[in-house]
Amino acid sequence: MSEIETKETFASGEYKYGFVTDIEADEAPKGLNEDIIRFISAKKNEPEWMLEWRLKAYRWWTTRKEPRWALLDYPEIDYQDIRYYSAPKKMIDRFKNEDGEIDPEISKTFERLGIPLGEAKRLEGVAVDAVFDSVSVATSHQEMLEEMGIIFCPISEAIIKHPDLIKKYMGAVVPHTDNYFASLNSAVFTDGSFVYVPKGVKCPVELSTYFRINAQDTGQFERTLIIADEGAYVSYLEGCTAPMRDTNQLHAAVVELIAMDNAEIKYATIQNWYAGDEKGRGGIYNFVTKRGHCRGRKSKISWTQVEAGAAITWKYPSCILEGDGSTGEFYSVAVTNNRMQADTGTKMIHVGNNTKSTIVSKGISCDESVNTYRGLVQVVPGAKGCRNYSICDSMLVGDKCSANTVPYIEAEDSTAIIEHEATTSKISEDQLFYIKSRGIDEESAINLVVNGFCKDVFKKLPLEFAVEATKLLEIKLEGSIG
Amino acid sequence: MSEMPYFQIKNLHANVEDKLILKGLNLTINKGEVHALMGPNGSGKSTLACVIMGHPSYEVTAGEIFFKGENILEMDPEERAILGLFLAFQYPVAIPGVTVAKFLKSAVDAIAGEGGKVKPTEFLKELRDNMKYLEMDETFVNRYLNDGFSGGEKKRMEILQMLTLKPGLAVMDETDSGLDIDALKVVSKGVNRLVGPEFSVLVITHYERILRYIHPDHIHILIDGRIVMTGGRELVKELEEKGYDWVREKFGHEVLVG
Repeated sequence: MSEIETKETFASGEYKYGFVTDIEADEAPKGLNEDIIRFISAKKNEPEWMLEWRLKAYRWWTTRKEPRWALLDYPEIDYQDIRYYSAPKKMIDRFKNEDGEIDPEISKTFERLGIPLGEAKRLEGVAVDAVFDSVSVATSHQEMLEEMGIIFCPISEAIIKHPDLIKKYMGAVVPHTDNYFASLNSAVFTDGSFVYVPKGVKCPVELSTYFRINAQDTGQFERTLIIADEGAYVSYLEGCTAPMRDTNQLHAAVVELIAMDNAEIKYATIQNWYAGDEKGRGGIYNFVTKRGHCRGRKSKISWTQVEAGAAITWKYPSCILEGDGSTGEFYSVAVTNNRMQADTGTKMIHVGNNTKSTIVSKGISCDESVNTYRGLVQVVPGAKGCRNYSICDSMLVGDKCSANTVPYIEAEDSTAIIEHEATTSKISEDQLFYIKSRGIDEESAINLVVNGFCKDVFKKLPLEFAVEATKLLEIKLEGSIG
Repeated sequence: MSEMPYFQIKNLHANVEDKLILKGLNLTINKGEVHALMGPNGSGKSTLACVIMGHPSYEVTAGEIFFKGENILEMDPEERAILGLFLAFQYPVAIPGVTVAKFLKSAVDAIAGEGGKVKPTEFLKELRDNMKYLEMDETFVNRYLNDGFSGGEKKRMEILQMLTLKPGLAVMDETDSGLDIDALKVVSKGVNRLVGPEFSVLVITHYERILRYIHPDHIHILIDGRIVMTGGRELVKELEEKGYDWVREKFGHEVLVG
């Protein structure tokens, strides 16, 4: 795959990832109960302690109600009408990445998505883990990473091969009682990625996981855990797509990040789940809990997200800044069109002294969509010298959409300095006239203005992701005007 | 049939917010000519500039504008630009997040059309060259267009765009307003670089000051939506001495009737 083609991955034309791969699947029956959880756990050959943890989460979940405080309007979700496990039947040896070893149909799927699984065709400078429905199908660059002591593998495998790390860290940031959807995930998670970067190691390549929902009526519940030990550095990319279907599908993921002293984790997402059609039929319900824990002194966690898909998005990637002098960052572009609804933002919890956080959120609403920023900046009593800077900008394209900003600020220490700026704008007629008077057509003019609006976030993305994000935005804006 | 002039406005009437501003304006500009349009505040100078470029807030109720033989009133602003029209704005807008280089490359490519794309290296070389000519700092290439620019910087940016896009006809809407003498000299130098057989320009201004540096062949005086007087350079001197009241006194009656 040439460089140019790689850059086309998420974008060019309408939703081109809406195809379905025809493949025999090994599935659980629909519905959720303790037997289903035992079934999933058995399929994964999990040890007893993992099953117990899942069951504990499940029992807690059954006592809870789905949260409804977000500015999201959607019908009741029937949790018994969802399939919680679906795997391609022909299992493959994940570590020999010769093309022949992966079911050619799956391999083709990822090729169409621009994610080559064969080692020979791997992306320059990116190690990929591909998750197809409930199972991780391929992880590349294994040997090189192993030599450096970096563990990058499906989480199902980490549970078996690295039980000590899993026992120590899974649920340490997002406990199984954290919230309704995180709890559901803890009970039924099927795969996801695990990363451990040892002391002093700077991971030389971008680690990347590509999530693909294929089967119908199946929920996707992946779980990702990344640990950067003292002085370690890792940059991680996540991409998501799903077929176009006229029914809704549930996605409830959990991501936990842990950074020790002087460690740094960068986590970037391009979320392009199928968002439903112009009438709001179909699309993914995206309920995600992402949280990072800056445990160590001067550690740093940064979230960058481009949320462009899903019918419903409920997602607040957060940082707990416990280590003194630690830094949390959140850079977000959320673009909604048609009838999409997004309620997204971040939480920055300042616990340690001299902790810093930056929030840059850009919301773009088109058509009849609803786009909400919801964020919390909290400084706990006794946390000295903390600083936060937030900027939340909304742009409205058309006059049937809406944008909301819901910032919560809880400064419980008088030494804290918190700055919050918010703006809402429309693309002005004068701006468009000015650009058009230079020979640029209306659609390109709007793209220029919107891309400029997102610039502060896009420049935080690794280059190849930034190119994709720009194109993805263009597609979302197509036909939204005039 | 005689050949059509390069640029011709016939009996132009235009409204903004239902108020009639242009009331039967006629103007002909031939290829390679430098024209100046002068008039007091509220005479319709900026309206004319916006109508020529096709601003959507202005409604043309009668009349025609021909450029290179085509009736441009039926064209979108971008089509007019591709045909070779350029407007130097009185109040250029900011496009945050879009660098000068990115914006100008998009414009150059749009005007060149399919197959005519300029190589990035050539584009940058020419851009830097033009910037040097306009005494602009190189760092401007990577600044966001007009974002946080001073008034003078914005005007220089307009001229830089004009030099880059090389139009056949440029309309300059009070480019001189708010400029100090040094900036005015630079801006005029930029315009004069293009003046020649393939370039026509309509300099719209309130003051005669800019006409010391850009030398028009024809002067038009606009009062209350119509050109009431046309002449050579001697008109500038007369205006300077007698002011617009002199023209009003002379043509007031006609204007009121019109």
